[in-house]
Amino acid sequence: MSAVFRFAGPKLLRAGLSILIVVTFTFVVLRASGDPALQILGPSARAPDLEAFRRHWGLDQPLYVQYVRYVLAALHCDFGNSMLAGKPALQLVFERAPLTLALMLPALALTMLIGIPVGAYAAMHRDTWVDRSVMMLTVFGFTVPSFVLGLLLILIFSVTLGLFPSGGADRPESFVLPVLTLGLGGAAIIARFTRSAMIEVLSQLYIVAASAKGVTWRQVVRHHALPNAIIPVLTLFGLMLGGQVAGAVLVESVFGWPGIGQLLVVSVANRDLAVVQVILLLVALTMTSANLLMDLLYGVFDPRLRGTNSGSQ
Amino acid sequence: MKTATVETNRPPPRSVDLPTLLAVGWVLLMLLTALAAPLMAPYEITSIDLRHRLAPPVGFGGTMLHVLGTDDLGRDVASRLFYSIRTSLLVAFGATAISVLVGTGIGFIAAYFRGLVEHALLLMIDVQASLPFLIVALAMLACFGNSLTLFVALMGLYGWERNARLARGLAITASAQGYASATRQLGAHPLRVYLRHILPNSAATLLVAATVTFPEIVLVESGLSFLGLGVQPPMTSLGVMVAAGREYITRASWMLLAPSLVIVITAVAVSVLGDWLRDKLDPTLK
Repeated sequence: MSAVFRFAGPKLLRAGLSILIVVTFTFVVLRASGDPALQILGPSARAPDLEAFRRHWGLDQPLYVQYVRYVLAALHCDFGNSMLAGKPALQLVFERAPLTLALMLPALALTMLIGIPVGAYAAMHRDTWVDRSVMMLTVFGFTVPSFVLGLLLILIFSVTLGLFPSGGADRPESFVLPVLTLGLGGAAIIARFTRSAMIEVLSQLYIVAASAKGVTWRQVVRHHALPNAIIPVLTLFGLMLGGQVAGAVLVESVFGWPGIGQLLVVSVANRDLAVVQVILLLVALTMTSANLLMDLLYGVFDPRLRGTNSGSQ
Repeated sequence: MKTATVETNRPPPRSVDLPTLLAVGWVLLMLLTALAAPLMAPYEITSIDLRHRLAPPVGFGGTMLHVLGTDDLGRDVASRLFYSIRTSLLVAFGATAISVLVGTGIGFIAAYFRGLVEHALLLMIDVQASLPFLIVALAMLACFGNSLTLFVALMGLYGWERNARLARGLAITASAQGYASATRQLGAHPLRVYLRHILPNSAATLLVAATVTFPEIVLVESGLSFLGLGVQPPMTSLGVMVAAGREYITRASWMLLAPSLVIVITAVAVSVLGDWLRDKLDPTLK
């Protein structure tokens, strides 16, 4: 038990500190962006009204009191109302969350289902024309920004061929193009990474030993090479999630997908700060927990790492 | 089965291959376009030609009057493209410079002070690394509004954490070496040791890192501009053009394709070039 705690404890502490830093960052940025009283009541507000507003929201208190209050409110998930919709910002974000998840989860699955087999296949046929053309394709896959890829897919599959709708989220076919757009870029990254991890593993002595004792090549790959090559791919997965979140914002905008990403863009354009901060904190929380989970899973998959805490450096 | 033979005798890589040459050519072309945009553009980017609205490019029914066609207001796509390249590269150059400067500064500070300062900075680096930059940038745009200066400064925050981590590592390695401790023993001020001795010795690696940051900033900038939250009209950038082209995707696909192709080719070219530079200049960065 204590060993588990020694392994997980510092990682948990680190995750908590990270969240606190993000909360502090939002507090500082919000306060630095101007007087909230002026912003909400407008430049034509009278001085006594401004004064009353400040007193009501505690803006006349010293900064550290405001900070502590802000952190406490965040802990209670109280982020205020959206200026645009007049509803609690948190509720607004959670209403949109299922649609964004419905986009991201299939995209992540696609990333893995394409990336890992393609990468492993390329590694096993290293330096053949298959390998080279796959690697060429992946360069396009991870350099082409998602909004360009999405629009090109619309141009080909919606405008020219008329196979899939170019936007909206009302039909099952609507999912195809956005999920493809979001998944393909990640798949390219995973494929490249799997390929190099696999090449590394295939040159290990235990692979030679397994082949030498007469295990069939198929089994060597399945039971000896792939499981070892996948471990580093898992950590990459945690890092890639950030790219997927950013990609989702652009992809939702391209396809008119009414998820969190669109909400964010609209809120930024209208400077609806309550909503923006909820989304920022939500992303930070998701990313931190994902990284924490990956760190802990790493210990499960690779028992050698349990005693150390050097993994994150 | 060829796994039993250990592959050590791979042929030595040729110094420059065809893809690299093409990439160099394209990047030079882009730099030239950025510098000479006012000379190359046949029209003003805001000059409206209502009689030739949505004119197709040459080869698709268009005339030499507008080589790449025109947009919904009859503005020349080629001219707008040249100026967009200019804006996008200018923003990226400024931002990359800021990112490398800020990153190097923070990295050196962490390396010099060590202890608590270093831990605090490393934690901030980790937090930034775990957050998608696009989201942070959007949050800051929401709070501070948008102007070109502010936008370049904001883009300059991109990748600072990577540069800081790199600079810190380089500085720690360098200060353990003879020349750094020699100058220190001679009584040089820490600033002098870092700026005159450690910085020049780390510059090559930091520059290679900048070639990685640069194209990524171009992509983030075009993404934000595409969302309508980056470069603002009447200025134009590649993302602004893509966003405008989206509205006319069925009737005038050239409005979308011209800037998209420039983004795609540039991103691929810089990626090829970056790989080559990395192999050439700094084998340790692999």
